[in-house]
Amino acid sequence: MSKILNVEEANGLVIISTQGYLNKDLGEEIQKVCNEFVDKGTTSFLFNLSQSNIVNSIGASIIIEVIESLQEVDGDLAFCELAPIIEKTFNIMGLTKYCKTFSSQKEALEALS
Amino acid sequence: MSKNPSVELKLPILKNMELIATQTAEVVSKHMALSEEKAGEISMAIIEACINAFEHSNSKEEIFIHFIISEDNLTVKVIDQGVGFDATQVAIPDIDNKLNTTERKRGWGIMLIKELMDYVHFTSDSSGTTLTMVKNKEK
Repeated sequence: MSKILNVEEANGLVIISTQGYLNKDLGEEIQKVCNEFVDKGTTSFLFNLSQSNIVNSIGASIIIEVIESLQEVDGDLAFCELAPIIEKTFNIMGLTKYCKTFSSQKEALEALS
Repeated sequence: MSKNPSVELKLPILKNMELIATQTAEVVSKHMALSEEKAGEISMAIIEACINAFEHSNSKEEIFIHFIISEDNLTVKVIDQGVGFDATQVAIPDIDNKLNTTERKRGWGIMLIKELMDYVHFTSDSSGTTLTMVKNKEK
């Protein structure tokens, strides 16, 4: 089952944690949440993908759309706790050129907050 | 047992059916004692191959996936009976060109497959496409 497990806000950063296959459906769910926060003025996001160990290029393409939307509002996106194959996929596609990655949420919060 | 044991799947064209193929890939990878890294790469390539076949082949009912185990490598064939395509005409995507332009954000499947597997070959005509992908045990 793919879903958003948790959405929390800390020090101006929205942390979205997911579970399961990062496919079109989950990508669109994440995008919807991001758009709602951007509309309210929050533009910094951290995706914790520790419980998503598989992705497809459609889900990743929707994240590219999120990156594009955030660039328009001078926002930013980072990832933490990526499974090796997701990190490799994001590297191949170039997402990691535009988003920082962290090995843990703690490390990400220390760097981004 | 035959010299090159194989596993054959027939997948209906239904949402998320590619995950059945990844589960099979995991079992086959473990049987072959492939590293977790290689197993993940095989699964990811299969996901992309299935999605391409589901979305672009116009196959009506199902696709076929064959896993052929050999001493040195794993060959995965993804076969559809769709309309075929010319792999040489598929543009190589670049995120720099996709951001802040009207270019569609999708179109990464073939690039990912080529990056993740050791050998990739398409055979395609108007009666269907066979994608052959090989992952070597050792590099």
